[in-house]
Amino acid sequence: MTDTQIQAPPSTPAPVAVATRPSARERGTRVLAALFLAPTIVGIVVFTVVPIAGSVVLSLFHWNVIDSPSFAGTANYREMFTDSTVLVSFRNTLVFMVFAVALQLLIALTLALAVNGRMPAWLRSVFRSAFFFPLVLSAASISVVMKYLFNQDFGVVNWLLGLIGIAPVPWLTSENSAMAAVVLVYVWQQFGFSFLLFVGGLNNIPKEIHEAAALDGATGLRKHLGVTLPLLSPTLLVASVVGIINALQVFEQPYVLTNGGPGDATRTVVMVIYESAFEQLRFGEASAVGVLLFVLIMAVTALQFRLSRRFVHYQ
Amino acid sequence: MSQATLTLSRTRHSLAPWARIAGLTVCALLTLGPVIWTLSTSLRTPAESFDLPPRIIPSDPTVESYRGVFDQIDVWLLALNSTLVTALIAVGQMITAGLAGYAFARLEFRFKKPLFGLVLATMMVPLQVTIVPVFLVLKSMSLTDTLLGLIIPAFPTAFGTFLMRQYFMGMPKDLGEAAMLDGAGPWRIFRSVYAPLATPGLAIVGVLAFNYHWNEFFRPLILETSGQNYTLPLGLVSLQGNLGTGSISVVLAGVVLSMIPAVAVFLVGQRPLREGITSAGVNR
Repeated sequence: MTDTQIQAPPSTPAPVAVATRPSARERGTRVLAALFLAPTIVGIVVFTVVPIAGSVVLSLFHWNVIDSPSFAGTANYREMFTDSTVLVSFRNTLVFMVFAVALQLLIALTLALAVNGRMPAWLRSVFRSAFFFPLVLSAASISVVMKYLFNQDFGVVNWLLGLIGIAPVPWLTSENSAMAAVVLVYVWQQFGFSFLLFVGGLNNIPKEIHEAAALDGATGLRKHLGVTLPLLSPTLLVASVVGIINALQVFEQPYVLTNGGPGDATRTVVMVIYESAFEQLRFGEASAVGVLLFVLIMAVTALQFRLSRRFVHYQ
Repeated sequence: MSQATLTLSRTRHSLAPWARIAGLTVCALLTLGPVIWTLSTSLRTPAESFDLPPRIIPSDPTVESYRGVFDQIDVWLLALNSTLVTALIAVGQMITAGLAGYAFARLEFRFKKPLFGLVLATMMVPLQVTIVPVFLVLKSMSLTDTLLGLIIPAFPTAFGTFLMRQYFMGMPKDLGEAAMLDGAGPWRIFRSVYAPLATPGLAIVGVLAFNYHWNEFFRPLILETSGQNYTLPLGLVSLQGNLGTGSISVVLAGVVLSMIPAVAVFLVGQRPLREGITSAGVNR
């Protein structure tokens, strides 16, 4: 295939009328474009576009793979709104999202500003690497580790808290604190992503602007709030959009740390999709939950872009 | 110029530099702490594994736990599976994203805009929304519980395509035009002029793919049902089931083993990884 491609253009002989040449070349370009795009477009159609349609269709059926599907109309959706596990999972996921994203952005922004301050170059790169490191680890295996660190009796977290006089917290076994532990583990691993975005965004702000602000007497916190933040707002938008989309899909941490418990305290939407499809073989119900999650993600993202029109400043 | 003003303002109103650096150091230790603890505990004897305060330097370091991992799970098989899956996906994504990115950046054809829009739109679609139908598609191809079933759907990459398009657009147009005047056809221009320049961009795609798929858990959990097709993260989580035997050192040794390639890629591919992530924010 590649050989004929290489051969083709020179085989259009030179003496051929000039007018026909561009069309041969254009045809060559179009064939090449089709070949280049085929793997990506076919893959996306087969493994994303068709499955989205498939999810919508499946959500209208009852199906356990073994028996033939039976049409359910909107039953799966109606059932979803009366199923306490599903409802709780949406509430949990939203609570998780709010705390995880807020904490992640706050930590990342603070650290990015601090790292951006004056210090030796080697030290800056040590800090940068340290904060970015957890991102390269697997969420599943790091959650295995965290399960021990958050153990009530012999976990290092409670031991550290003990040092400053705080009584042991039943992190993973109490309904009140399990979600907090899941959020902390998630944020610990994820904040480096927003951190890198912020470091990049801060580097893109022209130095002169800060110097001008300093000449006008803006200092410290005021400089950050009045000058840096507005200039950083496009990056803040991206970090929060990506953060929210990722947070709404949380799975590994609650799956490994608490398996959704205690009770349903940390059961998330994706855990419900997984359990109802692949443990209970309720493909229709699982698809309905998936479709709702998709709608939720689209809605939140659209809302964010709408709100951001008022707050995001482009240079 | 305004150096004096800046220095003055810093000392008066922002945090003193030493306090800032001390704070950053504490944060860095908290960030790396769990990893250091994992490493040190994996080298402790089972009896010492729960010690508090945690001894960072084990009093009697031993690799016994690592032997335990090899006894309990087939590390070699899991590592081989993970390596095969990750390497093939990384190479596959470099090829598909390189080709499609070039087409979107440099070739003229019909429906270019809507096709590119389609690719961008799929970046927003969460995997979990499509997983049930994807599972059924793979089942109809008899690819569930095979490594190929993990690999093939991961070949197209919307983000990688986007990244490579940006990358090719950043290259000077006149290089291709000069080659065209010399009589080179479109394939030749791609192959000999632009493709060789794209190596750093392709490295970003490859490193990102490696990092993501080496650690991937959700798809393997659903697709791979028999132990012989497990990847490392699945094997590790199953290792937890052996906790009854008493020592957490074995589990942590397993975690350390699975981290080694990820850390190696971090050390070697830090820059491409960082650039990939940063450009996710800057270019959109």
